[in-house]
Amino acid sequence: MSEWRYWLNEQRGTLMGLAIFLLMFCVYITNHPAGLTVNVAQTAANKGVLLAFIAMAQAMVVITAGIDLSVGMIFVLTNCIASWIVVGTPMQTALGVAGVLLAGTICGAINGLLVVYGRLQPIVATIATGAIYFGLALLLRPFPGGSVNEDLADALTGRLFGTIPSSLVALLGVVLLVWLPFRRSEIGRAAYAAGSSEAAAFMSGVPIRRAKLVAYTLAGLLAGMGGLFLTFFTYTGEAAYASGSGYTLWSIAAVVLGGVSLYGGRGSAVGAIFGAFAARTTGDMLFVFDVDPLWQPLLQGMVLLIAISIGALGLLRVRNRLDWFQ
Amino acid sequence: MTATQLQAASPLFRMEGICKRYGGVRALEDASLAVEAGRIHAILGENGAGKSTLIKIMAGVVAPDEGRMLLEDREVAFRSPAQAAGAGIACVFQELSLIPDLSVADNISISNPPHRFGLIDRAAQRRLAEEALARAGAEDIHPRALVRDLPLSRRQMVEIAKALAWKPRILILDEATSALTAGDVAKVFAVLRRLCSEGLALLYISHRMHEITEIADDCTVFRNGRNVASFAAGTRSGNEVVEMMIGREVSSVFPPKPQRRREARPVLACNMFSWSDRLHDITLEVCPGEVVGLGGLDGQGQRELLLGLFGVLRGTTGTVSIDGVAASIAGPGTARAGRIGMALIPEDRKTEGLMQPMTVRENLSFAALDRLSARGVINRDKEERDIDEMVRLLAIKTAGLDIPVGSLSGGNQQKVVIAKWLMRRPRIILLNDPTRGIDVGTKQEMYQLLRRLADAEAAILFYSTDYDELVGCCNRVLVLYDGRIVRELEGAGITEHALVASALHVDAQPEAVA
Repeated sequence: MSEWRYWLNEQRGTLMGLAIFLLMFCVYITNHPAGLTVNVAQTAANKGVLLAFIAMAQAMVVITAGIDLSVGMIFVLTNCIASWIVVGTPMQTALGVAGVLLAGTICGAINGLLVVYGRLQPIVATIATGAIYFGLALLLRPFPGGSVNEDLADALTGRLFGTIPSSLVALLGVVLLVWLPFRRSEIGRAAYAAGSSEAAAFMSGVPIRRAKLVAYTLAGLLAGMGGLFLTFFTYTGEAAYASGSGYTLWSIAAVVLGGVSLYGGRGSAVGAIFGAFAARTTGDMLFVFDVDPLWQPLLQGMVLLIAISIGALGLLRVRNRLDWFQ
Repeated sequence: MTATQLQAASPLFRMEGICKRYGGVRALEDASLAVEAGRIHAILGENGAGKSTLIKIMAGVVAPDEGRMLLEDREVAFRSPAQAAGAGIACVFQELSLIPDLSVADNISISNPPHRFGLIDRAAQRRLAEEALARAGAEDIHPRALVRDLPLSRRQMVEIAKALAWKPRILILDEATSALTAGDVAKVFAVLRRLCSEGLALLYISHRMHEITEIADDCTVFRNGRNVASFAAGTRSGNEVVEMMIGREVSSVFPPKPQRRREARPVLACNMFSWSDRLHDITLEVCPGEVVGLGGLDGQGQRELLLGLFGVLRGTTGTVSIDGVAASIAGPGTARAGRIGMALIPEDRKTEGLMQPMTVRENLSFAALDRLSARGVINRDKEERDIDEMVRLLAIKTAGLDIPVGSLSGGNQQKVVIAKWLMRRPRIILLNDPTRGIDVGTKQEMYQLLRRLADAEAAILFYSTDYDELVGCCNRVLVLYDGRIVRELEGAGITEHALVASALHVDAQPEAVA
C-alpha cells in the first residue's frame, strides 16, 4: 500500500462524515429557493457552529471510550453566565469571556475528576453533574434575560470581508488551537490509547488517568465556547432544559455521523464537526421542503436514520462475520 | 557454561525470597532468580507455576508481598510498568500490549515519543519506528499501518520491535514467539543473540521446548510457585525437564495412532472451496475417527478455512458436503445443529471462546442450551449432570462452577472452551491452534482427548502452529501455502522435516529413511 492509502485508512471515519455532510448539504442547497447565497451560508454556519462545538466536546470524551451527558447543560450554564458577565468595556468583556471559558473548563474538570479518580461510571456521573449544572443555570437565570456585548457578538456572528461567515473562522481557530495540539501531543495519544485498549495502554506505561482528565476538561472548555456563541446569537441567557438535553443527544448523533467510534479509540473531533453540520442539515432540509411543523421531529428522525445508515454501509462489505464484533 | 563461570559474574538483577499471594491462592513462595548480563535465561514451568507472576513483579505490574529485588546490588522497587521501564526492564507480554487503533509507529514510541515544540515529532517517530522494525527484522511492516489491521504474527513482531526501541538492559519475552512463523523466530533469535553479545540480559519464557534448547544459556524450572532447579541449557534431556516441570514421570507425550480405516466414508468434505483472495480451490475429506492436521506457516488461510467451513465467512464458493450430501452452512447456528453437528474451537479463547466475566457453569452450557432446555426453560438437573461429566472428563481444575471463568488458568480456560462444545457431542470438530500458550501437562491431556474423540468416531480437523503436535497427533496433514493445499502428508510421511519443507513451499527432497 502506498503512503496515501494508509492516510485514507486512518481518516476513513472523518472523510465519511465529510461525505455525508456534503451529500446532505447539496440536497439542501439545490432545493433552497435562494440557492447558495452569502446569507444562506452565514445562517447555516451559525446554526451549525453551535452543535459543532458541543460535538467536538463530546468527541473528546468518546475517544477515551467515555461519554459526557452533561455537555448540553454546560452549554446552557455558560450561556447564562455569559449573559451576566460578557458586557461593558472591551476590557470587561474580555475578562467576561475568560470567565465563561473558565467556568466551562471547571465543569469539565469536575466531570473528569469524578470519572477518573472517583471511578464513577461516566453515564451516571455526567447525568448527575448535568442536573447540577442546569440547576445552577436556573438559579442564575430563573427567567430569560440579560445581555451581551453586541459589538463582539455581531463581529463573531457576521461575515469577514463580506463573504466568509466569521463563526466558521472562529471554529477553525479553535480546531487549530485546541484540537490539533491535543491530537499531536503525548496526552492526546494517551487519550486514544486509553479508549482503544486501556489494559494495553497501562502495560505500556501510558498516563491514562491524566489523559482522561484532560479530555473531560477540554470537553468542558469546548462546551463553554458553545455557550458563549449561543449568547452571541441570542443576545440573552436562558436556562432552557429542552435545549440542553437536545444538544446532548444530538452531540452523540453528530460524533457517530462524523465517524467517531462509541467504543473509543477511533475518529476525530474534525469528523465530529462534519457530523454536527450534517445533523444540523437534517433539520434545515425539512424547512426547504416546506414540511408541516407537526411532522418535523418524525421526519428529522428518519433523515438522521438514513444518514447513519450511509455511515454503516461499510458493514455490508464485511465478508468475515467476526469483523462485525471488532 | 560451567558452574564456576556462573558464580564468577555478579548478576545484573537478582530476586530473593519473593512471595506473592492472590487472596488465598499462593502464586509465589520464596522464589529467587538471578539474571546475568549477556546471557539468555529460560524460565520453564507449567501454567500456574508462578512464571507470569514473577515477570509481572519484575515489570512493575504487581508488587511482591515479601522479598527483595536488586539491580546491580542496589535494592529496587517498582510501583508501575513505567518505573520498571525507566530502570531498563522491558517486557513483551503474552497478552499483547499494543493499542489496536493506533499506527505501528505510534505504538512503538507510545511510552516515550520524540518531541518537538512540545508536540510529538512525527517524522522523528517514523524514523524511530523504521529503525526498530529493522532491528527486529520486520521491515515488511509499514510504520503507518494500524495495528488492528495486522495479523497476529505481525503484531508480535511489532511488540518485539517496541520493546527493543526502549533499548532495555533486561528484556523479558513471555510467550512472545507463540504466534510467530518459523522464519520470524529465526530472525528474532538472531537479533536476540546479537543483543546479548552486546550485554543485554534476556529472560525467555516459552512452552516450545525446541526453542529453549536452541537459544537459552541457562534454565530455571518453576513448580508450584518455587524455583525447583537451575541448570545450564543442554545438560538435561527433554524428558527430564518435563518431569521437573510437572513433578511426575511422563510416559509418552503423544498417544499411539491407530491405523486409519480406509473404508470409512468422509463425514466432512469440501470441493473447490474458495473465499476472497485468501482461499483457493480447497478440496479435502475428513473421515470419522480421523485426525487431519492443517500445516504450513501461520496465516496461509488455515484460520479462514476453519471459519469458512463453520459458516462464518460470506461469499465462499465451492461445495461443502456432510455425509456425502451437499450442505449449505449459513452460520455457526446451522453448523452446530443436529444433522451437521460441527464444533469450532476458536483461536482466541478470550474473545471468541469464552464470556470471561460469566461463570464456569454458564460458559460450559452456552453452546448446548438448546439441548438442555424444553420449551425454552433450562432443565437444571440435566445441565448439572452434563456439566459434572465434562468437568470430570476433562479434569478442569476450578475452585467452583460459579466463579468467573476468567479467573481460571489459561490451560483450564481452554479446557472449558473445548468442554462447552463437547457438551453437544459434535461429530465434526474443527480446532484452531488449541494449545497455544498452554502448559505441557494440559497439552498432553489435550492430545489424549483428541485421540479419544477420534476413537469415538469424531472427524477432527486440527490446525496447529506447533509442528511436533501435527507429527504426533495427525493421521494426515494438509499443508497450506497462500490459501492452497500444496502437499498432503500421510502416516510415516509426516515428519518435521517434511512439514517445514512443504510449509516453505520449497520442493521437498525425498526423505532418507533412517
